Parts: sequence; structure tokens; C-alpha cells
Amino acid sequence: MKLFKKNDLILIGALLIGFLLMICFLYFGKKGGAYAVVSVDGQEVISFSLEEDIEYEIKGYEGGTNTLIIKDGKAYLTDSTCPDHLCEHMGVIDKVGQSIICLPNRVVVEISGSSGDAEFDSISS
Amino acid sequence: MTIRKISQYGMMVALALIMSYIEAQIPAFFAVPGMKLGLTNIVVVVSLYLLGSKSAMFINIVRIILVSLLFGNTMSLAFSFAGGMLSTLIMIILKKSGKFSTVGVSAAGGITHNIGQILVAIFLLNTSAITWYLPILWISGIVSGIVIGIIAGIVTSRLAEAS
Repeated sequence: MKLFKKNDLILIGALLIGFLLMICFLYFGKKGGAYAVVSVDGQEVISFSLEEDIEYEIKGYEGGTNTLIIKDGKAYLTDSTCPDHLCEHMGVIDKVGQSIICLPNRVVVEISGSSGDAEFDSISS
Repeated sequence: MTIRKISQYGMMVALALIMSYIEAQIPAFFAVPGMKLGLTNIVVVVSLYLLGSKSAMFINIVRIILVSLLFGNTMSLAFSFAGGMLSTLIMIILKKSGKFSTVGVSAAGGITHNIGQILVAIFLLNTSAITWYLPILWISGIVSGIVIGIIAGIVTSRLAEAS
């Protein structure tokens, strides 16, 4: 049995083209975001302007917590109570659509261009 | 079910369990959840080629349930079930088409496994924000899928020669 067939290369090539298209579509042409929106278990909890440096403790699902840091216009998570600490390694985000997700605590921090719901904006209230 | 089949299934499930265990020991140094080597997929691809579609599906289902019972929780069961079933289905279809070798089959399986996991995450977290990770999991699925496919191809042809 031959290890590679011509069709395999075509398939892999097509999949790579799909990857490049996705990259162009998702990553490029993204504007810098204005707000970090925090959701827990699918519910929007609070949002922060990226312009101000803050530190906020997110109360996640079933008592878990994460600390959201906004510094120099970029958002990231630290001090997660979850076992794998993956969210702490997900890096800093500042572009519209980017997100950090902590699955055990069901916490999602997403960057958006607008505050979404002004009532939830802690800075204005 | 013949005794021969029972022992083959048992051996494949045991191998898949060991692979899952080894994989669980590798620390999550990758920044993206769900990014994996997919060692277990070697067993699935080899079963698919040597024992057939039904056997591969059966072995994978037993493997997923056992791994979740031993090392995981209900959450990881949902993730591996979605990823495992979707990728096994796609691999069965591609293998049946007869146009691809283990490399192409496994690469497609790697990607669809990750897509399945993202779909579960979208459903569980009730957010589409996670699609941001699709390209990263897509490319990691291709790369690990190709490597796993090459290994599985070698193993399959050696085992076929031996029997």
C-alpha cells in the first residue's frame, strides 16, 4: 500500500487553502476593539472600556473565579481557579471578535466594538 | 461475534486507552484548548483499515466512554463524543470512497475532530466567540492528522503483511 496518493495531496492542499481563507476572513481587517464584554454561562455580565486599566474578579460558574486585567488597551485573564489554567495562557486580546475562554468556569471575555448594552457598563454607572 | 473479533476489539480498545493516557500526561503547553496530538487516532485509523468501518466506530465509542470514566468527567465526555463521532464518520466516508490513503483520511479526521469540539463549546458556552480558534485548531488538526496518518499507514501495512 502506498503511503501517499495524489488525492491525499489534493485534499490536504484544499484544506490548507481553507485555512488561509479563514485566516484572511477572521484575523485581518479586524479593527481594534473598544470594549471587553464578560459573559458567564452564556449571560452577559459586565463590560469594560479598554481605555481604562482595571482589575476585576469574574465570578464564574459554580464558584470559580478569574481575574480580568485590562492594561494599555489589552485584556487578559489571570488567577483562574480552574485546574488547567488554559485561559491564562491564551494571551492578550484587543481586536474585535477575539476572545478568551475559561471552560470550567464558563467564562467568556470577548472584545467588541461597542459596549453592547450601556446599562452594564460599570464605568458609566 | 467471534472470539477472534472479541480479542481484536479488546486489544484495540486497550491500545487506545494507553494512547489516551499518554496523551493526558502531556502538559497543556499549547495555548489553545483542544489542540492535541491525537495519538488515539492511530488506533482508530488502523482499526478502520484492518477491521473495517463498524469495528472502528465500535472501538472508538467504547474507548471514549472508558476514557471519560477513567480520566475525565461528563464535560470531557461531551467533547470527545462529538469530536470522535464526527471525525470517525468522516474518516469512514473518505476511506469508503477509496480515493485516499491513511494520510488524507487522518488529516480530514483531525480537522473534523476539532470542529466537533468547537461545536460543543459553542453549544455549552452559548457563544460563537470560540470560532476565533477554529483556524488554529484547523491547522493543528491538519498537521497532527498528517503525522498520525503516516504512522497509521506504516502500522497498517506492516500488520497486513504479518497476518
